[in-house]
Amino acid sequence: MKKLTWLVPALYILLLMLPIYWLVNMSFKTTNEILGTFSLWPNQFTLDNYIKIFTDPTWYNGYINSLSYVIMNTVISVTVALPAAYAFSRYRFLGDKHLFFWLLTNRMAPAAVFALPFFQLYSAINLFDTYLGVALAHGLFNIPLAVWILEGFMSGVPKQLDETAYVDGYSFPRFFTRIFMPTIAAGIGVTAFFCFMFSWVELLLAKTLTSVAAKPIAATMTRTASTSGYELGLLAAAGTLTIIPGAVVIYFVRNYIAKGFALGRV
Amino acid sequence: MNDKTLNQKGWLFVLPVVVLVAFNAVIPLMTVVNYSVQETFGDNLFFFEGVKWFQEVLHSERFHAALLRQLTFTGIILLIEIPLGVIIALAMPRKGFWVSVCLVLMALPLLIPWNVVGAMWNIFALPDIGLLGKTLNSLGLDYNFTRQPFSAWATLIAMDVWHWTSLVVLLAYAGLSSIPDAYYQAAKIDGASNWAVFRYIQLPKMNRVLTIAILLRFMDSFNIYTEPFVLTGGGPGNATTLLSIDLVKVALGQFDLGPAAAMSLIYFLIILLLSWIFYTVMSPKEGS
Repeated sequence: MKKLTWLVPALYILLLMLPIYWLVNMSFKTTNEILGTFSLWPNQFTLDNYIKIFTDPTWYNGYINSLSYVIMNTVISVTVALPAAYAFSRYRFLGDKHLFFWLLTNRMAPAAVFALPFFQLYSAINLFDTYLGVALAHGLFNIPLAVWILEGFMSGVPKQLDETAYVDGYSFPRFFTRIFMPTIAAGIGVTAFFCFMFSWVELLLAKTLTSVAAKPIAATMTRTASTSGYELGLLAAAGTLTIIPGAVVIYFVRNYIAKGFALGRV
Repeated sequence: MNDKTLNQKGWLFVLPVVVLVAFNAVIPLMTVVNYSVQETFGDNLFFFEGVKWFQEVLHSERFHAALLRQLTFTGIILLIEIPLGVIIALAMPRKGFWVSVCLVLMALPLLIPWNVVGAMWNIFALPDIGLLGKTLNSLGLDYNFTRQPFSAWATLIAMDVWHWTSLVVLLAYAGLSSIPDAYYQAAKIDGASNWAVFRYIQLPKMNRVLTIAILLRFMDSFNIYTEPFVLTGGGPGNATTLLSIDLVKVALGQFDLGPAAAMSLIYFLIILLLSWIFYTVMSPKEGS
């Protein structure tokens, strides 16, 4: 009995990989083969789909756009969340609990509710179809999340650390950047990972707020599916490529990922 | 943590966050509130209508049907994902090389853009060229998610379980790995059964992370839009038209701003209310 428990995660991972395998499998097939025959692996192996994506600017620009606003959002979210999380974990101030809860309610807001008002708001301030616009809009759910995770990690650091630093004559900014931030480096990494993740996977707002210049890759895919008929191979190749940044980022935080998903609160 | 010092300077620290989030949250929310009480006939002419749209939405059968579908969907996926996630977390290795491998592979679905998830499941489940659809049909099952409501629902739920169970696994695993070995040794000496170990050691330790898991899964499944939209488009008919999909149909498809705004607010309030209930019922009492 004890010997067989490894089967559970193994089977689960196998099931997880099936749809991904099918996508990757299709990305190496020609459209004719996809529509004509049913095969578990490509019979006429082709790289055409990938070549097309890497040579056609409307395709590869989509990746550049997505990565640009995602990175911008991650930087903004973590930067503003750091001092806020510190305040929530160390100080009591007027309305702190209500403020914290209000921030979290934004994590619950359905993006569909905000799509139209966001379009109007960001058009009005001339940030429509810019990286900054999407990065700020994604802050709606990523900033509260970043505060939440960082607060969890910071609360795990004993207050004595702060007090000792002051006794040693550190000013607050120096203490914060030289001592405190390195102490919670893992937490910052995990937070950045989550901001990256949610900004990377979100599409409804990103699509609403862009038309050409900042259009995300995933939206380029949607357009292909609807306008040029059924170019499934190309779609599959583009889909496969969207998995790669996520996989790379997970690899970097693999040792902290479990704790990170518990938002530092274990 | 009760040793926080009273310091109103805290406000200075949180100010940038408050400004950015308020900009994103308050202005659009007020826009929605504004629309929800007005009627428009185009040309930017608006007339105050009071609570008319709220009454209309609350009495509309279409909204009731979408809400019922939404609650059914959320209920089913919570009932599957939470126990399944806990079981997988319990069966995972605690130490060594395989832990990282498991975690990285399991987290993979979480980092795939949501419309790619939908597109991937679409081509995975197509009855003629998809692995799943083809297999089910060759086993003699009559499966076609673009035509039969039951198949569509089954695919939608399978997709969500595929997409999000790992989140529950990772959370539960984080809770489990915080249990010191001494607890297990003590249980062994006392001759505790596996069930007793689970009930009195593992489950209490997972309490907190499971609260987070249920809350996150509840909120996100209630907000789900992109995946079902790409997979089924809400069809066949309206069979898989969940709340968000219905909302976008009304707001951007028909451009009925008033009813859409009223629906948005009711929708948001339902999420807030249910989240609050979950949170109060499940969060451990202070001091225990």
